[in-house]
Amino acid sequence: MKKLLSLAMAGMLVFSVAACGSSDTPAASDDNTAAEATDSTEAEETGAEGTDAAEAGSTAEGGVLKIGGIGPATGGAAVYGLAVKNAATMAVDEINAAGGINGMQVEFQFEDDEHDAEKSVNAYNTLKDWGMQMLMGTVTSTPCTAVVAKTAEDNMFQLTPSGSAVESIAQPNAFRVCFSDPNQGGASAQYIGENKVASKVAVIYNSQDVYSSGIYETFAAEAANQGIEIVAAEPFTEDSKTDFSVQLQKANEAGAELVFLPIYYTEASIILKQASTMNFDPIFFGCDGLDGILAVENFDTSLAEGVMLLTPFAADAEDAATQSFVSTYQEKFGDIPNQFAADAYDAIYIIKAAAEKAGITADMSASDMCEAMKTAMTEITVDGLTGAGITWSADGEPSKAPKAVVITDGAYAAM
Amino acid sequence: MSFVSYLLNGVSLGSVYAIIALGYTMVYGIAKMLNFAHGDVIMIGSYVAFVAINSMGMPIPVSILISVAACTILGVTIERVAYKPLRHASKLAVLITAIGASYFLQNMALLIFGADTKSFSSVVKMEPLQLAGGQLNISGETIVTVAVCVVIMICLTTFMKYSKAGHAMLAVSEDGGAAQLMGINVNGTIALTFAIGSALAAIAGVLLCSAYPSLTPYTGAMPGIKAFVAAVFGGIGSIPGAFIGGILLGVIEILGRAYISSQLADAIVFAVLIVVLVVKPTGLLGKQIQEKV
Repeated sequence: MKKLLSLAMAGMLVFSVAACGSSDTPAASDDNTAAEATDSTEAEETGAEGTDAAEAGSTAEGGVLKIGGIGPATGGAAVYGLAVKNAATMAVDEINAAGGINGMQVEFQFEDDEHDAEKSVNAYNTLKDWGMQMLMGTVTSTPCTAVVAKTAEDNMFQLTPSGSAVESIAQPNAFRVCFSDPNQGGASAQYIGENKVASKVAVIYNSQDVYSSGIYETFAAEAANQGIEIVAAEPFTEDSKTDFSVQLQKANEAGAELVFLPIYYTEASIILKQASTMNFDPIFFGCDGLDGILAVENFDTSLAEGVMLLTPFAADAEDAATQSFVSTYQEKFGDIPNQFAADAYDAIYIIKAAAEKAGITADMSASDMCEAMKTAMTEITVDGLTGAGITWSADGEPSKAPKAVVITDGAYAAM
Repeated sequence: MSFVSYLLNGVSLGSVYAIIALGYTMVYGIAKMLNFAHGDVIMIGSYVAFVAINSMGMPIPVSILISVAACTILGVTIERVAYKPLRHASKLAVLITAIGASYFLQNMALLIFGADTKSFSSVVKMEPLQLAGGQLNISGETIVTVAVCVVIMICLTTFMKYSKAGHAMLAVSEDGGAAQLMGINVNGTIALTFAIGSALAAIAGVLLCSAYPSLTPYTGAMPGIKAFVAAVFGGIGSIPGAFIGGILLGVIEILGRAYISSQLADAIVFAVLIVVLVVKPTGLLGKQIQEKV
């Protein structure tokens, strides 16, 4: 009997180890396929000689520029991280096919942080071990705030595509592509006020999240200037983010015409469902965190009909750059890209523009690169998917015009 | 009128806690262990129902049955593989194993179903009930959840009181060793307890996700912990205690959020728990068991 027992225990041990092993494999194979994709596209676009030349180039003249990426590839915010990873890989492939940056071939490696600050710092250390010279990340605000302290210590150039909290780029070595939270909150209030969308507004926000409470604070400040009355401001916390009946009912009783949701889409999908069961039908207005709500599996998109969100990117925009980006992305990854994908795609091209301006070469140390990039960032003007003529100030903030989209017939439509 | 509405929301949330708490309390009462994997069994139950409804196109009642069956098998398997070998080990070892089982289930779900949020379509197709000229709106989910909770509670109490297996459970709960000497199959009884608790977890999972439709591998974690609190609150080991504890916890949480502060709702819940435990260390309906020397 004892033997049987120990046998069973040993079996379980093996089983659990095997399970751990297999959980690693998909990620690893993902990287492999990404690498293969890189190779095959290069081969297709430039022909066999091209690849040889590129390889020769990477060893002989230009060398290799190693750019790391960090973001949630699993967990609740995985939609963002995967979009960034896909789009950045796509941009890197394009740049490499066209001859690289200053003759350097770009290598891109993406690490998962599960939208967790501690794991993000671990991911950063992993990338440093890999030999990363610049960081394109992190994707979400809270981990970004933790990582930026580390990059500042190491004087590593950091460009976050979508970390929007003020603190996310608090250090001089960090820049961002997206709007900051104050910018998003202020711009939302400005948009609502100027377009007369509503005058009585309720806010439901996550008081435990830097992103959410940051947007709320600046929204509230700007709302006063715009003549918007905030009739209810209802926080929730990480531990109570399943039931929003109280918050919605308070908003309803306060007579809110519009509910502002500076939160992520997972909670927003519950809010929309609960509002519809209680027959509360205001306008819902969100920021970039709501982007991705239509991608939630089995989500009843009719619930999101008429939801407005402030986002710099609409996949159905008419311009040629957006259309070619969307069609290539869709062809490669089978999804319509969201704004995170656009931010990341822009981020890689911004790094390219700044690196060319700064004259970065592969033999420079990461710290020297950072110094040169810091100056170059304030001198460049980039026309990207997320805005035309984007410029940066020395504190890392981009300046570009805000845009909003509305969800119509289950898709994002420009307004 | 808004007070009544908050109260109903609280009872609805509390009913879900109560069904989950029943699973905790039964297992604790009989096996004297805290099954921390219970919350994750709920999550697996929801995923099974989700797959049955959306990917396999099963009708809803069949899907719920599949989910109940899957959870029952899962619960018994966990007991068999992870807890039974440790029946005579220290309490701490079993507790750690239970936490391990919980993480194992979460990561398994992450591996199989992925990290993306899935939107669970409600299994309740009832129109919301409108009272007082539309001022009071009671959703179908609320009505069904509360009704199911009451039915389960009555069935379980009847089962414990009048069936042979129920008597066996009570006997094992009182004194496992003596029960075995009297010819009761202790292992079988504990397995049955896990089977019932896990079947309830499946029902709780479906109801939880019908009311709050986002489904992720971590969906069961927080409700699981709250339900554990509810079980302690009502007196762990007591079935009516779990019911009352669950409902009270839900009501306190919602009313606290409505009238005191949305942010402090959880703090208020735990403050009430501390007060209850200070005044009555065994919980509201818990029995004082004298340790015999």
